[in-house]
Amino acid sequence: MGIQGEQFIRPSVERVEDATLLSGGGRYIDDLGTRPGTLHAAIVRSPHAHADLLAIDKAAALTLPGVVAVITGSDLLDITTGLVPALRVSVDARAIAVDRVRYVGEPVAIVLAADRYRAEDGADLVTVRYRGRPAVVDPEAALIPDAPVLHGDVGSNLMSDRSFAYGDPDGAFSTALHSLAVTVRYPRNTGSPMECYGVVAEYDPHEDAYDVLANFQGPFSIHAVIARALKVPGNRLRLRTPPDSGGSFGVKQGVAPYAVLMAAAARVVGRPVKWVEDRLEHLAGSVSATNRVTILTAAFDAEGRVAALDWDQLEDCGAYLRAPEPATLYRMHGNMTGAYAISHVRIRNRVVLTNKLPTGLVRGFGGPQVYYPLERLMQRIARHLGLDPLDVIRRNLIPADAFPYRTATGALYDSGDYRQALDIAVGDGGLSALLGRRDAARAEGRIYGIGFTAAVEPSVSNMGYITAVLTPAERAKAGPKNGAQSTATITLDPVGTVTVQVASVPQGQGHRTVLAGIVADIFGIPPAQVRVTTDLDTAKDAWSIASGNYSSRFAAAVAGVAHLAATRLRDKLARIAAAQLNLKAEDLVFAGGRVSSRTNPDAFLPFARVAATSHWSPGLVPDDVGSAIRETAFWTPPELTAPDAEDHVASSLCHGFIFDFCGVEVDRATGKLRIDRYVTMHDCGVILHPGMVEGQVRGGFVQALGAAVYEELVYGEDGAFLSGTLADYLLPTATEVPDLRILHFTSPSPFTPLGAKGVGEGNCMSTPVCLANAVADALDLDTLDLPLTPAKLRALVAEADEVPPPAGHRPATPAAKPGDRTLRGAGATVVAAAPEAVWALLLDPDVLASVIPGAHGVKKLSDTHFTADVTLGVGPVKGRYAADITLSDLDPPRGATLTGTVSGGLGDGGGTGRVTLEPDGSGGTRIGYTYEAAVGGKVAAVGGRLLDGAARVVIGGFFAALARRAGGTGQPGLMRRLLARVLASTGVRP
Amino acid sequence: MPKLSAASRHSVSFTVNGVARSVEVESRTLLTDALRHGLGMTGTHVGCEHGVCGSCTVAIDGTMARACLTLAVAAEGCDIRTVEGLGLGPGRLGVLQAAFKRHHALQCGFCTAGILMSLDTYLRRHPDPSREELTLVIGGHLCRCTGYAPIVAAALDAAAELRGAQKHPEETAHA
Ligand code: FES
Ligand code: FES
Repeated sequence: MGIQGEQFIRPSVERVEDATLLSGGGRYIDDLGTRPGTLHAAIVRSPHAHADLLAIDKAAALTLPGVVAVITGSDLLDITTGLVPALRVSVDARAIAVDRVRYVGEPVAIVLAADRYRAEDGADLVTVRYRGRPAVVDPEAALIPDAPVLHGDVGSNLMSDRSFAYGDPDGAFSTALHSLAVTVRYPRNTGSPMECYGVVAEYDPHEDAYDVLANFQGPFSIHAVIARALKVPGNRLRLRTPPDSGGSFGVKQGVAPYAVLMAAAARVVGRPVKWVEDRLEHLAGSVSATNRVTILTAAFDAEGRVAALDWDQLEDCGAYLRAPEPATLYRMHGNMTGAYAISHVRIRNRVVLTNKLPTGLVRGFGGPQVYYPLERLMQRIARHLGLDPLDVIRRNLIPADAFPYRTATGALYDSGDYRQALDIAVGDGGLSALLGRRDAARAEGRIYGIGFTAAVEPSVSNMGYITAVLTPAERAKAGPKNGAQSTATITLDPVGTVTVQVASVPQGQGHRTVLAGIVADIFGIPPAQVRVTTDLDTAKDAWSIASGNYSSRFAAAVAGVAHLAATRLRDKLARIAAAQLNLKAEDLVFAGGRVSSRTNPDAFLPFARVAATSHWSPGLVPDDVGSAIRETAFWTPPELTAPDAEDHVASSLCHGFIFDFCGVEVDRATGKLRIDRYVTMHDCGVILHPGMVEGQVRGGFVQALGAAVYEELVYGEDGAFLSGTLADYLLPTATEVPDLRILHFTSPSPFTPLGAKGVGEGNCMSTPVCLANAVADALDLDTLDLPLTPAKLRALVAEADEVPPPAGHRPATPAAKPGDRTLRGAGATVVAAAPEAVWALLLDPDVLASVIPGAHGVKKLSDTHFTADVTLGVGPVKGRYAADITLSDLDPPRGATLTGTVSGGLGDGGGTGRVTLEPDGSGGTRIGYTYEAAVGGKVAAVGGRLLDGAARVVIGGFFAALARRAGGTGQPGLMRRLLARVLASTGVRP
Repeated sequence: MPKLSAASRHSVSFTVNGVARSVEVESRTLLTDALRHGLGMTGTHVGCEHGVCGSCTVAIDGTMARACLTLAVAAEGCDIRTVEGLGLGPGRLGVLQAAFKRHHALQCGFCTAGILMSLDTYLRRHPDPSREELTLVIGGHLCRCTGYAPIVAAALDAAAELRGAQKHPEETAHA
C-alpha cells in the first residue's frame, strides 16, 4: 500500500508550539481561569527536620477576613490514606503530617482564603507547637543501631535490602589478577523547572468524584496512587493536565502528593481550591533526586579487562517512600554494566530513609548515580595499571557483532557499534589536539585534565522493573508486571481534517510538531493541516499507566504508536477510496492532499472527502472496514518482559550510546573550573527532528553541568534545609556554559516502530562523571565527589600542590563542611556605668525589654529565666519569634552565660553566649561577649548567606542599647550612638 | 509618592503596550500579580518571586525590570511593555520572536517572555551588540530547557536583521 511520501527524517521544521508561546499566549496552569468561588491555598510547612507535632492553633488565622478554613493533617485522616510505594512497608506516606514531621518543608496545615495574599497572611498566623526529635540526615548514619528512627512501625530506617548475583561473581573475583574499589557519595540535586507546581481541584459529593487539574507529567501509574490516596475508584478521579507546562525534567511527577492534598482540602471546604507553589516551597518541598552511597568493586586483568563488578548501593529516599520510589534504584538495573561486556555481577541494594525531602523523578533518574561510580572506576583501573583510560574503555565495550546484547542483569540492548562511535568521536571531536593542549598547559604549570565517559542511555522504561525490589517469591504472588503501553488517537472530523491526541504530556519538548509531521506524511497532507493536542484528560482520552513524559519515551514509543494509529486509519481510508474509484487499495497512494491511483494520477479523490466519508456517507464504506472516524492504537513492546525468577530485569526498551570527553582547567588560585572543550557523541537511533534532539542534548548538558559544579540541595547535620532560594541553589546561566560539540552516530533501534531511541537524559548521566574524571586527571586524584565547587577544588589544589600560590592570593583554606552553619562571633563594648550597675540591668526584665532589638514583651519566669516576643529581620525575611533565655554560670558581677532559643513560623534557632564584665579602670565597664548559635527553618533556607551579618546586628544592637541604657558609653555619646546605629543597620558590629 | 494605606485598595493607572490601563490593587500587590491576575496578561511569568530567574522581566519606561520585585502601585503613570506587545500584529511575530522560533531558542517557553523583554530593551539601546554582551544580558535569566546556546544565536541573528532592516532603529517598532 502507498507508503510513498513518508519522510520522517525531515529538516528541523519550526515548531507549531512556538508562535503562541513567544507571544505570551501560553496556557500554563496559572494562566487558566478558575470557577467563581475558588479558594486559594497557602501551605504551612515544618521548619523542623524531625519533631512531634503537638498542637496547631488555627484561631488567629480564622479571624482574618478572607480566610475561610485552616485544614490540618488530622482533618484529612478519614478521607485520605498514604501514597503507596512499590514496596510494602509500614510507612504512612501521607501528603501532610499528622502527628510527626520528618523533613523541613513538610506540609502541616493548609490555609484557604479568598486570594493568595490573604491565604499567606493566614498561614503566618497559624501557630504550631513542636517537640524536637533528633534528626538523621546521612544515609550511613541512619543505619547505625541507635540512630533516630523515622517510622517507628518499621523499627529501623532500612526499608529494603536485596542482593543479586549474575554469572559467577565469586569465581571471577577469586581468580582475578586485580581488584579495586571506588566509594562515591552522590549528592542531592533536582530538576528545578522554571514553572513550579500547580493544582486546581474540586470535589462533587453527590458523585463522590474528584476533578483535579495539575501540571503533572506522569507516569500515569500514579493516577492509581492518587485515587487510592483519595479513597475513590479510578473512574472517580478525573485528572487533567493544562495545555502548556513550564518544564519538568521528571520533577512534576512529584506534584502528586499536592494533588491529593488540594483535592482533599476542596472536599473538606466544599469549594474548588487552587494552589500554585512558590519557588521557596519548590526547593524545600517538591522532589529531589536520591543521594546514594556506592561502593563499586571490579575484578580485572592486566589489560584492564573487567571480569566482574560488585555493587553495594545505599539509596537515600528521604523521609517517606512515595510511589514510584524506590524506582530510582532499579531503573538502571539492566544497565549496571554500562556500555561494557561484563558477565559477572553482584549487587546489594539497600534503601534507607532520612530526615530530608522525599525523592522522586529527576532527569537521568538513577543514571547519574550509576555512571558516576562506574566511570570513575574505569579511570581508576587505568591509573592503577598505568594504562590510557581511553584504551581501558575501548577494550571493555560491547562489540558490534554482539547486538542485540543481553546484559548480565537482564536488559536487551537493541543496537549499536560502540567502538566505531567512539573512534569517530575521538577523530571528529579532536582528541589529539586536546591532548596537545593538556601538555602545553601542564608545561606552563597550569592544572589541566582530560576526562572520558562511555554510557548507555536507557529509554522507554519497563513498567515492571520496579518489581525487582520484591523477591521472586513476592513477585510470583503479586503477579507479573511488565510492558510500557503507549497510545495515540487519530480523529477525522466531518470536513476531513485530522486531529491527533496523545498521552505523552509534553513539558516543552515539541511533541506536537513532530507528531503533526509524522501523521501528515502518512496521509499525504501538509503538516499544517494536522492538529495535535497533548493536554490529557483521564476521563476522556486514551491513556495507560505508562503514559506521560519520562524515561525519554516520546520518540521511541509515542511517535511510533502515532505512526501505527495513522497507518491503520490510512489503510481503512484506502479501502474506502478504492471502493469509490473502483481500484485496489494496494494501488493507491496518499500524496499531495489526494488519494490517487499509483498508475493513473487522474483517478483520485481529495483526501478530505475520503476522510469525511464515514461521517456523511457510511453507505459508501465497505462493510468490513467498519468506520474510519477515530483510531486509537496502543503499543507495548514484547521485549519488555517481567523480571524473571533469577531477577533478570529488562528495565528499558532502547539503549542509546554516549561517549563524552572533555578538557578542563582548574584555576590554582580560585578553584574555579573552566571547561576548555566538551565533546559529546550520541547514538540515539533514527533522529526524528534534529533541532529538538540538539535541544535535548544541550539542555541536558547544562543541567548536568549544574549538578556537577553548582547545584546541591544542602542539609545541615540537624536536617535544616540550607538551599532554599535560587541564590543558594545555583542554576547555570548563559555565562557559565562552555561551547559544546555534538556528534551523532546512527544505529536504528530494531525494537521501535520508527527506529528512534530516547535522547533526553543521556548527558545528565554522562556529563557529571566526565567532568569529574577530567578534574581527577588534572589534580591526580583517586577520590572525588560532586559538586565540584570552587571552594572544594581550591582545597584540593592546596592539598595536591607543593607549589605556593602566586603572590597576592590568600592561601587556600579547606572548604567549609556543607551544612556547618554555626554562627560564631565575639565583641566588646565599653559602658560608662560600673560592673555592678550593668549586672543589675542585665537581670531586669524591663531593661531587657528595652534593649533586646525588636522585643515586644519580656517576662521574668525566675531570676534566671526570661521569655520574650521578638521581631527579627534576616535579609528579606522578617518574622515574629518566641524567645526563651536562661542565665547560668552566674558570677556576679563578672560574668554569666546566656542560653537562648527562638522559634517562630519562619524558623528557629538556639545558641549560647558568655558575657564578661570588667572594670575599665575609669569607672566604666568593659563588656565582652562571645557567642555560638545555629538557626534552622525557613530563615536558614533562604537567608543562610545573611545570617552572620544578621546575628552581628542583633547581638551588637543588644549591647549598644545596653550601653545607652547604662548611661552612655565611655566615649562622647551622641556621635558614637549614631555611628552604632548606622553600623548596625548595615550589618557591621558597632 | 503619597503614603498609601495597607488596609485599602488603590486604583493604579499606567500604559501597557501603549494602551492606558487601570487596575485595582492593594499597596503590597506585586506588578506580576497586577498584570497577570488583575489585567489577565498572563504572558509575564513568575518563576521565583525573588528576583533571580528573570521570567517576570518587563520594560518599565524603557528599562528592563523584574516585575516580581516591583509593587504595582510604584508603576503609577509608567509606560510598561510586556511580551504581549512584541508582535507586529495578531498572528505576526516580531523580528526577535521570529528569530527565537527559527533557532529553537525555546522549549517550554516559560522563561522566554522575560528573555525577550530584556533583549528587546537592550537591542533598542545597543543595536550592534557583541556575542559577549548578549550572553551577559541573557545571563541575567535562568532557562532550564535550552542550554542557552540557541538563545544567544537567536539574539545575534535578530540584532543583525534589525540593523539591516532599519536605518533608524530607534524610530521603528522593534522586535
Ligand atoms: S519571578 Fe521575578 S525574577 Fe524570578
Ligand atoms: S524554555 Fe523552558 S525554561 Fe527556558
